[in-house]
Amino acid sequence: MDINMTLIGQTIAMIVFVWFCMKFIWPPLMNAIEERQTQIADGLAAAERGQQSLEKAKAEAEKIIGDARKQATSILDQAHARANEIVAEGKADGVKERERQLAAARSEVEQEVNRAREELRGQVSAIAVASAEKILQREIDPKAHDDILSQLASQL
Amino acid sequence: MATEGGHGPATSGEYISHHLQNLQVCRVEGEWVWNQCAGNPYAINVDSMFFSILLGVIFAWIFGSAARKASAGKPGKMQAFVELVVDFIDSSVKDTFHGTSKLIAPLALTIFVWVFFMNLMDLIPVDWLPELGLLLGVPYLKVVPTTDVNITFGMSIAVFCLIIFYTVKNKGVTGFISELTLHPIAPPTKGLGLIAAPLIIAFNFILESVALLAKPLSLSLRLFGNMFAGELIFILIAILGIWQLPLHFAWAVFHILIVTLQAFIFMMLTIVYLSLASEEH
Repeated sequence: MDINMTLIGQTIAMIVFVWFCMKFIWPPLMNAIEERQTQIADGLAAAERGQQSLEKAKAEAEKIIGDARKQATSILDQAHARANEIVAEGKADGVKERERQLAAARSEVEQEVNRAREELRGQVSAIAVASAEKILQREIDPKAHDDILSQLASQL
Repeated sequence: MATEGGHGPATSGEYISHHLQNLQVCRVEGEWVWNQCAGNPYAINVDSMFFSILLGVIFAWIFGSAARKASAGKPGKMQAFVELVVDFIDSSVKDTFHGTSKLIAPLALTIFVWVFFMNLMDLIPVDWLPELGLLLGVPYLKVVPTTDVNITFGMSIAVFCLIIFYTVKNKGVTGFISELTLHPIAPPTKGLGLIAAPLIIAFNFILESVALLAKPLSLSLRLFGNMFAGELIFILIAILGIWQLPLHFAWAVFHILIVTLQAFIFMMLTIVYLSLASEEH
């Protein structure tokens, strides 16, 4: 419990240790801590920026998707309308074609009928003439009775 | 425990006083002698100095190696721990000391960790190191440096010098003298009161000197008293034989608090005194 030279020794030791701490311990540790603090702050700021840009990108993507969806819908509508149009056109064409062909066929048939009729008429008149010739046995001059024969043929 | 040892002291009184005796060296009649130094002001308590410097070196080594490897990247466990302590000290200093000083924070760190380590020696069972010393031929060994009043005084005197240094540095010599003499009662400067001025100045001086000297004294005696009492109780518990085990454990657990608290108080009061010294009133 006596006061002795230990007191001076401890004071000197303390000065040495405080000096050592001030010189070699405190500054590097403090530098490291402060540097890391700025790094962390920078990192947090960067993260926030990233978050913001992500949100912006998300909104943009949403907008683009919405536009694309709208466009797709309109394209689909157009396509439907076009398809309907094509189908209607096709139908109309078909009907027209059918009618045209039908008319063509009809006229052909008619022509054919007329032709057959003419032919038949010719033949009938020829037959009639031949029959008459046979009946009259050359008594009738075909030239003199031509008008009667043609009148007969037209009545057939 | 040691009371039954063949080479140990016979009675509990001797056991206690053996534990409280420093290993001292001093010069008597031109020769270095061990432990014949009672009352010799030039003696040195070798055990206190040894453990104090050893613990200081451990502090410097732990923190120094962490500081050398310190990087701003991901810290290792050791670095994280050291930085935790450093950050704690730094925030304590910044809360209290508002000036700028390159010295205060490292001083506070050194005081806190070093005093904490010295106090922590108290938790080593009281007989281990002295018995080991006896085996190695060392007759006395007091392992807790802060139970030596010289150690605590040595530190508080360094703090005291810093208080005076900072007062003079920030307020000048005249500021320091006026702080000692013109407070708390301002002496009259004109009229008849001038006759009473020297008296008032003398009164102020006595009062302020006591206040100034009380700072290092209270600082060191508080630490010494707490640690000495704690150590003494450990020694008393050690006498109890088998019953010391639960008691020792209980007191050790409680002592962890005291160890930390006293180190913190020493550090905090140092910061407060130095901030008072560098602030204008």
